[in-house]
Formats: sequence, structure tokens, C-alpha cells
Amino acid sequence: MAGRTVIDRIWDAHVVAELGGGRALLHIDRIFLHERMGPALLGGLAAAGRRPAQPGLVFGVMDHTVDTKPTRSESTAGGGTFIETFRQRIAQAGIRAFDLDDPRQGIVHVVSPEQGIALPGCTLVCPDSHTCTLGGIGALAWGIGSTEGEHAVATQTLVRPAPRRMQIRFDGRLGAGVGAKDLVLALIARFGVEGGQGCAIEFTGEAVRALGIESRLTLCNMTVEFGAWTGLVAPDDTTIDWIAGRPFAPEGAVWDRAVAHWRTLVSDDDAVWDETRSIDASTLAPQLTWGTSPEQAVAIDQAVPDPADAPDRQRRAAMERALAYMDLQPGAPLLGTPIEAAFIGSCTNSRLPDLREAAAVLRGRKVAVGLKALVVPGSMQVRAAAEAEGLDRIFTEAGFEWRKSGCSLCFFSGADDFGGARRVISTTNRNFEGRQGPGVRTHLASPATVAASAIAGRIADARVIERI
Amino acid sequence: MEPLLRVEGIAAPLLRPNIDTDIIIPSREITSPERTGFADKLFAPWRYLDGARRENPDFVLNRDPFRRAKILIAGENFGCGSSREMAVWALHQFGIRCVIAPSFGAIFRNNCLRNALLPVELPEADVLALASAAEAAPLHLVVDLQACEIRGFDERPLPFAIDADEREGLLSGLDAIDLTLRHRGAIEAFQARDRQDRPWIWRPR
Repeated sequence: MAGRTVIDRIWDAHVVAELGGGRALLHIDRIFLHERMGPALLGGLAAAGRRPAQPGLVFGVMDHTVDTKPTRSESTAGGGTFIETFRQRIAQAGIRAFDLDDPRQGIVHVVSPEQGIALPGCTLVCPDSHTCTLGGIGALAWGIGSTEGEHAVATQTLVRPAPRRMQIRFDGRLGAGVGAKDLVLALIARFGVEGGQGCAIEFTGEAVRALGIESRLTLCNMTVEFGAWTGLVAPDDTTIDWIAGRPFAPEGAVWDRAVAHWRTLVSDDDAVWDETRSIDASTLAPQLTWGTSPEQAVAIDQAVPDPADAPDRQRRAAMERALAYMDLQPGAPLLGTPIEAAFIGSCTNSRLPDLREAAAVLRGRKVAVGLKALVVPGSMQVRAAAEAEGLDRIFTEAGFEWRKSGCSLCFFSGADDFGGARRVISTTNRNFEGRQGPGVRTHLASPATVAASAIAGRIADARVIERI
Repeated sequence: MEPLLRVEGIAAPLLRPNIDTDIIIPSREITSPERTGFADKLFAPWRYLDGARRENPDFVLNRDPFRRAKILIAGENFGCGSSREMAVWALHQFGIRCVIAPSFGAIFRNNCLRNALLPVELPEADVLALASAAEAAPLHLVVDLQACEIRGFDERPLPFAIDADEREGLLSGLDAIDLTLRHRGAIEAFQARDRQDRPWIWRPR
């Protein structure tokens, strides 16, 4: 019998019923809700006269629309009644939540592993596309809509077609100053935003094994930008050590049983993959997006690509539109392009090691005159841990605003903005037209690249920061 | 969900690749936590010139006959990005009942299937041909889910493929939760066994 993948192992362990046609009814171990989609979801459920099947396995978090200013207000940033309505409906549904004043509040995909609620081998869903982040801890996790969320909450199951299984190997060791964000941007640039369509991905290889959990979360975070259903890194000692002692993690004899189970969650050497891709991680430079799709990324020391080199008319037109929106000229170097704002945050890059990476570049330096710079920790726990290390002072002395936790300017909800800045360098996940504000031009990059660029006031390579 | 058997109406061409849900409905337009009130917010960044909602005369859905389009012809990876189901609600509330594209963002496509909005995948060449025809002269199409074909474009119907279960779900309009609850016994048996096998899943403190 052919070997099995870790994806098969987790999938098979969650099949409640085979439905034919390659579909299965899967048990869902964890459901997270947030105040943006949670109210409509719970409202729909209540209107249909339904209750949560297993309220103890459902958690709520306030993150999408919360005020992240140090003076945090109670109301929904950008207007509306999301926070208030969510609060009412989770109370009615008997679901626990990490509310605004809770020291555990933060971005849902930062909070769930940090609290030990997302665990290896569990299935986890949330009405947010970046739920695939939790693959970093070895969970099978994916984003859903509101109506599917009603199904999950009402039945603690979802119907899914079996995925194609893709192995993505990052061979070799990452060079200094190159990290998980660069890996995933390079992957999407090479194989396209539809490169993972219909697939569940296992990330393997020397470069992946060497990543800490926070970096694995960053890597898996953008599998949705790769078009995949989800992606994960099989749990190993790094994972198990990281989870031990977290508030919701098992303890005692149950911990031992959990660890024994997690150690079985690996792919056999002779596992059969539907697709395999590999990238030599040792050759990668820091990556930067130049366009309005995450696949429009190049090594930071490259020039802006030329639409004349596009493979067909459609793609050429798309590149031309992207360059017009981004106000960039084909052939111009990206390094040195003036920027007006810098953003460090989001479920992609807002955890403690991300903040340390940025702070290491910023220490003893100041951001360029007139540049708006924000750092929004991924959770209030991350914020507290960073303050305990003095990172907040490094950021504020450099000229960054030190915020409370939330999704903040990963997207523009109408409240907070970049103060009229047009070109922004950002650790977030989407460089879509208008995503961070009307007319805002987003360059996606790693925390180190964002920090270096903030100091220079221009797109800069953190590896040569001494020359800035 | 209302059953969807066929969609008949004007087709509007919007042939850009990677149209994301942030463009379909930007975050700043989502000001209500309920499921209604999104029709005017559809494609707001392209549809309006300014905050005062002055229409952009060049945008396809601001031109006749596309104002009453029921079918949208789009580029590859339509609906990529954020999972916000408001993107589907906005299209539906505007009057769109079918999107034809070479490919779709996976979560968006799932959301369509749960809101009586038919996602039709066709080869890129067919999508280009349909879009050119729709741009040249008003194109009135019948997208027939029972027959799995599109009529009104060519003399011969244009066939399309869709997963059998997804088709059945749209045709019947049956409630997915009710269908799943037919497996209530299997769910309970799974959970009873799982409490023994994986107690850590069941005791989050």
C-alpha cells in the first residue's frame, strides 16, 4: 500500500461520513468567529431557530474593526455596530469571546495558536480567508463564508471535496536577512496566484524545518494568496515545544496522549502527492511586490518588470494597469523608490519575532522625516511581551506609532488611514487596488524590509542597512 | 435558498483577471452587520468617481443595457481574496445571478453556491468570445443549469460543466444544514468515539 501524506492522516481522522463523489462530511474541532462576519452568521443561525451544536468549541474575537489607537474606544472603527452586535449575539449563543478589554484580545489567527486553542491535527475554520495561517501549527484550517459558518456552528461539521495534495519543498538554508515572508512571496511569484488551486499543501524541506512557529504561521498565512484551499507544516519538536504550557493546551496525561498522536502526523517517505514543487531557498533574496496582485513580486534588487515581456495580451494589459495604478515605470529599479508610510502588523507579520526583526533594524535609528509609520502588534499578549523586552521604546524612539492590537490598516475600513500617504510599504498580505485605502499603493514585504525602508524613506534592503 | 434552474438576461463584460472581493465590496462600504443593503455598494471603487457617488460613465454597470445585467463575464480568478460573503450578497442584490469566468477564488465560489448565484467556469477562449460579443452588441443569454448549457450566443448551445452535487444543491435550493442533520447519528457516534480518542479536543479550558 502506498504511503500516506499528513494531509490524508488529518483528513481521514475527521471523516464523519463519506458522501460519495469524493466528498466527505468532516468534523470541525474548532470554530473562530470575529465581529465583522460573526453578527450576520449568528443572526442567520438564530433566525433559522438554530443553536450552536458545541458552543464550547466555538470562540469569538474582536479584531477586524477595532480601534487600535492607544486611547482605544469601545466603538467600531469606521462606523457601524459590529462590536456591539457581535457581543449581543455571542452572549445569546453561549459562546465565549476575547473582548476588547481582554488581555488576550488580538487578531484571530494570532490569538488562536498563542492561547493553545489551535492545535496540531485539529480542523479549524473561521469566516476569514487567512484561517489557513494555522497550518503553521500543523492544523488543517481554512477560511469559509458566513453561510458555511452557520453550517459549521449548527452541526460542528462541514462538507468538503477531498483536496489534491501538493508538496512544496523549500530546499537549502535561507540566507541572512531572508525569511518566511520572502519564501511565500517568491512561491506565489513563481507559480502564480492560482498555483495552488484545489490543493492542500504540505510545506517541507530544510528551510521549512528550520523555521520557528511564528515564521511557519507567516508561510501558511499566504497559501490563500497562492489559490490553495489550505497549507500546513507537519508538527515536529519545534511545534510541540511551542505549544507546551499555553493556556488552553492539554496538560498531564492528556498532554502525553496528545503529543503521542501529534507525532504520528507526518507524511510517509513513499507518500503519493498529486503535485510537487520545489524552490531552492538558499538563492532567494528579500522579496517585494511591485503591482496589485501578490504574484507581482520580485527580488528587492530587481527592476520593475516590463509588460512587453508578458506571455499574452491579457497579462500584458493586467501588468499595464497595475503599473499605472502603482505609478511605476518598467525597467526602473525598485530600490530607492520613495515611500510615504510604513506598516508593520496583520495576521501575516505581527508576532513577537516579527517585531524583534523590525526592531533590530530600527534600533538607534529614526524613520525618514514626514514618513507615517505604524506598528500594530498581533495580540495584546504580543504587545505586552514586546514591551517587556523594550521593543516598544525602540519603535517609538524611531518614530513609529505603537498601537493596540487589531487588523488595523491591513485593509481600509474608513476610520484609520495613512494620512494622505500614497505609497506604503507593508508587512500585510494583499496589495490589491485600494485595499489599504482609496488610491493607496501597497508594496508587500518582510518586517525587516519595511523597517529598513521606513528609515530610508525609500524602498531599501535591510541586508545593507549600514549603507542607508 | 431559492432554487436556481436557469438565469436569463443581459450579460455584462468585465474582463479583468484577479478581480478581488475588496473591489467587489470594499471594507469601508461594509457598515452594517446584517445581510442586506449592499446593492449600491457593489464595485464602489470602479462604479463611482467620488464619495458623493457620482457615477463613473465608463464603468460597464453604469452603461445601458448593462445596468440591468443578470450575468457577469469576468476574467480568471474572479472573487479572489477576502472571504467576505458580502461580495456575493452585493452581486445578488444588484441583480447578478450568474458569473462566467475561466476560474474563481475558492471561498467566493463556495459562497456563490450557498446564495443561489451560479458560478460557471468556461475555457478562457470561450469567455473572451462571450465578452467580445457582449461588448459589441447587447447579449441576452440563457444560462440553463438543468441542461448545463448557455444559449443565445452561438447557433449551437455552449455546454458547461459543474460538479453534480453543486448543481443539485442549486437546482433544489435545499438547506445544507438540514441535509447534514440527516447524518446526526453519525455525527454523534463520531463525537462519542472522539471524546475517548482525542480528549484534548474536547476539554479546552
